Amino acid sequence: MAAATISPATTEPQLLTLSEVSAAYGSFQALFGVSLSVSNGEAVGVIGPNGAGKTTLMRVISGMLAATAGEVRLLGNAITQLPSHRIVAEGIAHVPENRRLFARLTVEENLRMGAYIPAARQHVAERLHWVYELFPRLRERRSQLAGTMSGGEQQMCAIGRALMSQPKLLLMDEPSAGLAPLAVEQVFELVRRIRAEGFTVLIVEQNVQQVLALVDRAYLLEAGYIHLSGSAAELRENEAIRKAYMGL
Amino acid sequence: MDIFLLEAVVDGLLLGGVLALLALGLNLIFGVIDVVWICYVELVMCGMYAVYWLYAYFGLPFYVAGPVAILFVAGLGALVHLLIIEPVLNFAPINQLLATGGLLFFLQSFATLLFSTDFRNIGLHLAPIELGEIDVSKARLLAFAVALLGAGGLYLFLKRTYLGTAIRAISQDHEVMGLMGVSQRSIYFITSAIGGGLAGLAACLLVLQYDVHPFIGNSFGPITFMICVLGGLGNMLGGFAAAFIMSQIIAVGGYYFSIEFSYVLAFLLFIVMIFVRPQGIFGR
Repeated sequence: MAAATISPATTEPQLLTLSEVSAAYGSFQALFGVSLSVSNGEAVGVIGPNGAGKTTLMRVISGMLAATAGEVRLLGNAITQLPSHRIVAEGIAHVPENRRLFARLTVEENLRMGAYIPAARQHVAERLHWVYELFPRLRERRSQLAGTMSGGEQQMCAIGRALMSQPKLLLMDEPSAGLAPLAVEQVFELVRRIRAEGFTVLIVEQNVQQVLALVDRAYLLEAGYIHLSGSAAELRENEAIRKAYMGL
Repeated sequence: MDIFLLEAVVDGLLLGGVLALLALGLNLIFGVIDVVWICYVELVMCGMYAVYWLYAYFGLPFYVAGPVAILFVAGLGALVHLLIIEPVLNFAPINQLLATGGLLFFLQSFATLLFSTDFRNIGLHLAPIELGEIDVSKARLLAFAVALLGAGGLYLFLKRTYLGTAIRAISQDHEVMGLMGVSQRSIYFITSAIGGGLAGLAACLLVLQYDVHPFIGNSFGPITFMICVLGGLGNMLGGFAAAFIMSQIIAVGGYYFSIEFSYVLAFLLFIVMIFVRPQGIFGR
């Protein structure tokens, strides 16, 4: 278990806990005994270089990749063995790397797919309305094919799609990747708005400086190991992180 | 315009309807599951036998025998997926082709074993209709109209319903569909049943025009595959349009030369198109 974590003392189970989770692609091991936790209402970041296993970590949590060892728990219940299509119903929504929108469906159809599970589909009309209130741009583009929008708008749509299931936990994998600088700013602004709506967020980013300005706590993942964790303020002051990731 | 030419054009148009229906079913399955059912038209053969036995043997009215046959072939489609496709879903495409190709020979041989190679006619003859100066086969006209209705129904289902949208979505990114809470397995199962149902509908329409025998699929299989490739494999609108192009070539070619030679023409066009536009006329 890694260094000091600042989390509120509570008797409730954490929203998300990973204990000693390992994962591999064939014979290539990508995660080595990773432990982390997210409590309700928090925004937690996972930072680290390319190829550190950040995306793998997200894929294990949302069930896209089976862990080879360790346990993932949501509100105390083990979800390690569940396939991805069962995990959404448990309350985790995943905004995948590169957005992965259905390019030849309209924006609204993409959003509807986000509310596929029965519990969400009952409320699809209100949820659509709510997402359009949150991101008015999506309402303007509702009947446009998702693949024809700009990168920033596509990211907005991908986030909106994930929010349609009203998740307890929102996983975001590199939301700023591949976007123009202005769009990067906008995406981080979106994440702030989602936080303000009360969503719990676990976000993976290479954009260290900006993500540390956004989250409460963060973990540093390098070569499949958690090397460091602490409050965003602590990590911002950490010499090694400043040197390696902020160019300061 | 020459009356016989006009008749050929109309015939081609009517033939195109059923071919378009077959192409839609094959393209739906390929577009969503990414597997080519070489045995697809053998499902049509099974459906034609189903109508034959229900209507001509057990004496059920056609409007009962037809829907029962459609359900039967839909069930067959679902079974093909469960028993043949699912075990090889992550295998190399060539292995999937071999598996469904093997099923083709199995179904042909099994039908021969059960029903012998006799040509069977359901004995339901619809009088031709006179349209102006030309005679139009009522069976073909009916087949054309119902095929278009079936195609329209499929279009509305895919465009307007949640399940239909999910089928279109999973054809674009099946991994991410899991993140939407959608089980790939169940969508593939449903898609296969719908593909089977379309083959069943085509069977009901074809049995009005042709005798059924174990190798009837050979009359439609090659042309259906050519249509799908010509329209861009997996591209449903492309296949739909290509069906009418192909059926015109066959019908009008048959008028100018002979029906045999018109098939030669169709295959020739296909071979040329493979070199010129391998992604299909309407391919992306």
